[in-house]
Amino acid sequence: MDAIVAESLTKRYKAVQALDGVSFSVRDGEVFALLGPNGAGKSTTVRVLTTLTRPDSGRALVAGEDVVRHPNRVRQTIGYVAQDSGVDWEATGRENILLQGRIHGMAGRPLHARVDELLELVGLDNAADRVARGYSGGMKRRLDIAIGLVHKPRVLFLDEPTTGLDPEARAAMWVEVERLAHQENLTILLTTHYLEEADRLAERVAIVSRGKIVVEGTPEDLKAGLRGESVSVELRESDGRLGEAVQVVQALDGADEVHVDGRVVRARVPNGAQAIPIILSALDGRGFPVASVTTARPSLDDVYLHYTGRDFAAEDEEHKPAEKGRER
Amino acid sequence: MPQVLRHTGWMIVRQARNLMREPVWIAMMVIQPMIWLLLYGQLFSKVTSLRGGASSYIEFLTPGIVCMNAFFGGTWSGMAMISDLDRHVVDRFLAAPASRLAIVLSQVARAGITAILQALILLLVGLALGVRVHGGVPGWLVVCVASALLAMVFSGFSNGVALLLRREASMIATANFVGLPLMFLSSILLATALMPGWIKQISRFNPVNWGVNAARNAVVVGGDWGPTGVFLLLLVAATAATSAFATWTFRAYQRSI
Repeated sequence: MDAIVAESLTKRYKAVQALDGVSFSVRDGEVFALLGPNGAGKSTTVRVLTTLTRPDSGRALVAGEDVVRHPNRVRQTIGYVAQDSGVDWEATGRENILLQGRIHGMAGRPLHARVDELLELVGLDNAADRVARGYSGGMKRRLDIAIGLVHKPRVLFLDEPTTGLDPEARAAMWVEVERLAHQENLTILLTTHYLEEADRLAERVAIVSRGKIVVEGTPEDLKAGLRGESVSVELRESDGRLGEAVQVVQALDGADEVHVDGRVVRARVPNGAQAIPIILSALDGRGFPVASVTTARPSLDDVYLHYTGRDFAAEDEEHKPAEKGRER
Repeated sequence: MPQVLRHTGWMIVRQARNLMREPVWIAMMVIQPMIWLLLYGQLFSKVTSLRGGASSYIEFLTPGIVCMNAFFGGTWSGMAMISDLDRHVVDRFLAAPASRLAIVLSQVARAGITAILQALILLLVGLALGVRVHGGVPGWLVVCVASALLAMVFSGFSNGVALLLRREASMIATANFVGLPLMFLSSILLATALMPGWIKQISRFNPVNWGVNAARNAVVVGGDWGPTGVFLLLLVAATAATSAFATWTFRAYQRSI
């Protein structure tokens, strides 16, 4: 059975069409990632699936229950870790989890035993009786996850679980999520705008852009769908002639999807080893000094560019919330 | 027990416990009303006409200060809702099977409970300063009920505003805008007989004054409970109205996310 089914979900906030017909399904026990830049509609999708937001049209089932018709049944079977932490800062870690358990109708010895188990699972057993105000960002995030798991949900939603964490905490979180997927027998839907995160954690990925799912599959399949390799040429200096450099590469036979990222010109070519000398001499001929050249198998970055025609990093930057606000 | 009551209970426990972790808040809660009582009590003690029929100004003032505290506490209680919105605690409850009503009602009930505690502290300080509660045990009860209701009336209003504006600065401005005028449009500081006619008329529709009348009658007169009952009923109706307003704005918040 599918743990999550979304069919043609739409949602509009005033001038913004946040969801424009989102459809996908997640199998039971799977780790599934919605990957996309800021403002793509990932969080809105999650908010619809967790019953926080009503879709304008379309249908969604979570653990077999309709999110609009039976929201309370859905709420009983899901855990939700929002993009912004929902931790009560003035309460201790333990008190935070206990209250959430009580809201789910748990009580007494089984509840306390479950809370102890979770505190240990997320490595907060030593900080359990400290007020959460003093927790680090990574600790608050782990507490969020423990709160979301207290009632043994079937489906866990992780909205941007590592945004705002330093690289060390992010790596720890990745290990955490991998462990949860196995230990707690969960279906996990996570959203992320880190390509490497989706690549590492998810069994299947759906790429979201401007309120739509653009493509869906395993990270390997998506990358394999792109033939050839990507070549990155870092220019020593560009003197504002980056556009010209792009044109030079574009004009070469076989070079595809040429785009710029900082001082790096990227292109996809059928064969890196053959293409590099040609690209270098073409750039050299027009007076572009080259600092370095690398080739790589296609990344999800390339997948995104291929299916949307837009550069992931640029799109992400463009829609970055002005202040630390809620993503729609 | 119905879910809404259980959840309200747990959420009140949560808020109360969080407040108990703020030593400054506790100190302010206890000390500030005493300062009002001592300051105003001294300032106006020589003006015998102010106190209506009371035997001393401090006796006249004590029920007034109890009510002032209660309604000030109520007008500020929306700040806790804003903090919960900002920290996304409300959204977390919404994605869980939490009673929606309990999220709002727990804030209102907590304001009422706080007001009762403050009322008791103030009455005890009053006793030390020579105040007599002429209504006896029913008198104490009426003061507690009046201050709880008063706090809840304004807490419903304050939470409604918090859910509409969702910003601390706007909330502070609103609380200030409402607080002082309603205080001076009531008989907290001076007897109704001394008010200019137009203020007297307006004060009849001021919920703060309903509470002050009920509490003052319980302390200064003690007896003649009929009018007191009417004032308390009016406060119950006002509490229902502002709580309904807060619930409605909460639905509006849910639709907006």
